[in-house]
Amino acid sequence: MAVIRTLGAGAWRVVELITTPVVPADYLDVIAPLRNAQVLRAKVEAVRPETSNSVTLVLRPGRGWVRHEPGQYVRLGVDVDGVRLWRSYSITSPPWRSDGRITITVNAVPGGAVSTELVRNVKRGMILHLDPPTGAFRLDETRPAKALFITAGSGITPVMGMLRSALHEMTDVVVVHSARTKEDVVFGLELRGLAAEGRIRLIERHTRASDSGRLKPADIAELVPDLLERETWACGPNEMLDDLETHWADGGAAHRLRTERFRPTLLTDGGGGTVTFTKSGTVVETDGTEPILDSGETAGVLMKSGCRMGICFSCVLPLREGAVRDLRDGRLTVAEPGDNIPIQPCISAAAGPCTIEG
Amino acid sequence: MTTIQRKKTSPVAHLTPEDIEQIGIELDAIRDEVMASRGAKDAAYIRRVIAWQRGLELGSRGILLFSLFPPAWLVGTAGLSIAKILENMEIGHNIMHGQWDFLRDPKIHSTKWEWDNASPSEQWKHSHNELHHTYTNVVGRDNDLGYGIMRVDEDQKWIPLYLGQPLWNFVNACFFEYGIAAYDLELGKNLATKKRRQDPGFRARLKQTRRKIGKQVLKDYIIHPALSGPSFLHTIAANAVANLVRNLWTHSVIMCGHFPNGVETFEKTSIEGETRGEWYLRQMLGSANISGSKAMHLMTGNLSHQIEHHLFPDMPSNRYHQVAPRIKDLFQRYGLTYTTGPLPKQVASAWWKVIRLSLPNRGEAAIRRPIEKKAPATAARWRRAEVPTTPLSPAAETAAP
Repeated sequence: MAVIRTLGAGAWRVVELITTPVVPADYLDVIAPLRNAQVLRAKVEAVRPETSNSVTLVLRPGRGWVRHEPGQYVRLGVDVDGVRLWRSYSITSPPWRSDGRITITVNAVPGGAVSTELVRNVKRGMILHLDPPTGAFRLDETRPAKALFITAGSGITPVMGMLRSALHEMTDVVVVHSARTKEDVVFGLELRGLAAEGRIRLIERHTRASDSGRLKPADIAELVPDLLERETWACGPNEMLDDLETHWADGGAAHRLRTERFRPTLLTDGGGGTVTFTKSGTVVETDGTEPILDSGETAGVLMKSGCRMGICFSCVLPLREGAVRDLRDGRLTVAEPGDNIPIQPCISAAAGPCTIEG
Repeated sequence: MTTIQRKKTSPVAHLTPEDIEQIGIELDAIRDEVMASRGAKDAAYIRRVIAWQRGLELGSRGILLFSLFPPAWLVGTAGLSIAKILENMEIGHNIMHGQWDFLRDPKIHSTKWEWDNASPSEQWKHSHNELHHTYTNVVGRDNDLGYGIMRVDEDQKWIPLYLGQPLWNFVNACFFEYGIAAYDLELGKNLATKKRRQDPGFRARLKQTRRKIGKQVLKDYIIHPALSGPSFLHTIAANAVANLVRNLWTHSVIMCGHFPNGVETFEKTSIEGETRGEWYLRQMLGSANISGSKAMHLMTGNLSHQIEHHLFPDMPSNRYHQVAPRIKDLFQRYGLTYTTGPLPKQVASAWWKVIRLSLPNRGEAAIRRPIEKKAPATAARWRRAEVPTTPLSPAAETAAP
């Protein structure tokens, strides 16, 4: 075996020399983009409309995909106007699908570049980029005796993944879901079907139809009297989750509540912020008028530099989180956790707290 | 050329400091407009060029497996030459400039790209992007002025070595990729003293270049010939010719960028505390274009738009032809010369300079005029001149950068 492996590695080195300076994968990717385990991609197998504003994408992940846990999400890289942007989407399919497909459901967010692209422009056969599944918002190995899911809007997506995966192992499940109208409820038919079969107790709230507005913890307590005794998973807007966390903490049941936040609160007022350099551990306060390169150097961070005017790309470093502004034309670059966007420190200033790998 | 600061009549004497800053403001406006409009079409363009180039290279190398047959040798060699030129010029050079970084595609990114050339891309980016593009045509700062082996400006001191420079230039043209590798390693400087020779940084770069050259040579002169079996020697010859054609072509195009008649050079002291407007003006005067067809622009990697490229080195190359008329108009309005001409004329002009300056200065050129001392300034080239601007609208924050 060792001989075969050595021969194989040797043969591969020859193939690499045939294609140098590019790698053989650069050619193979053109023919079979899903075979490359180093660069995870997925093919769009089907696009199914859910509501007027949302679609479900059936994706075939390529080699290198690892099986997800119900409730986890995947970061999806989509080229929007030529620019690859990454966003996280909850996986709504159970992990054991025999065809290896996964599904995600996307709501077009007003002004959201990626969600709009996915809902309006993605077609069957397109190739998208993926990261391995991740996220701590999961069901426990031992299924809860009494479960409660509180969701709003597209917050239903990770919960749908959990229900489809493990509902048959749970006996007492309450789903409280809030959406603008009845028609806006993603998976509305499926949820109502489960309720009709008596497999879940479904409480729907349509905020536009009723005067009561968004769901408050007190409303839920009225509808589900034993809520603090239930293992609870909640996903929705930040204000809702903040309210729930306070309520559960006040009731001494904080350990029973797990929350999933879709978007971190981005603090971008454009006027500087704290810059954290991950490698050196240096933290610098900036006022947003000075290039990050200058701020870093003043604070003693060892940084590569060149032209110091934005043309040579010698100082490029990855922005891991936060926002920076191009000092020349004011353009903002925003990175969410998990992103890795190369920026030019010599012409970029902090536009809020940001983390730079350098 | 004598540096602009030592000239009897300066071609920029009619410009006030305000004019120069205004030029900068106008150029920044053009830049912003084009950079904001980059999108899916541009992405499709570079991916298309890459796909075509790879197809052409693979196809040509496939044909060269049978290079024993003269028609296969001819077609394969021609195809491979074109593929190598495209890879170096329109693809490699421009990607390494960061022109396509905005795509955020790690496969087409300045920090990741490696090109089909003897010089490792990392070293090329330092000597080219950083030194040449920042200090364009500044005598003593921009080594591209004669690559350290030639004298291409009257204000470069003459030494007898330069008598042979027409020959050096021809040899350099034939082995241009190795010339570039040696240049990027700054061999002349780094081999001069024992201390420099043993500098760990230099040794690391030397090793990096050796490895790169090793791989390149192994590919072109061992692996591919071996694959072609009985056509072994013919494939070696084909690859050597393709490399030679690529070397001669790129050398000619690059000579046309800064050596032809009409291009200005600058004194070291003149760029101290240079403003953004002054930097732009230096790029305008220090570069020359090549006129020609679309095919010419593609095969020169759009360095036929050298002026536009030097003004906006990180603008996608497929956009240079779009801004060229506006740049030309700007030259006209400010009474400046937009140097351009067909390839043969520009190549001849550059070669004539190499031949002429192999001899010491004579006549008018031998008179070295004093330069005016500039008051020390502390401008930063990234800082734009003050223009009344509206505050950033919140809408801009959601737009994809």
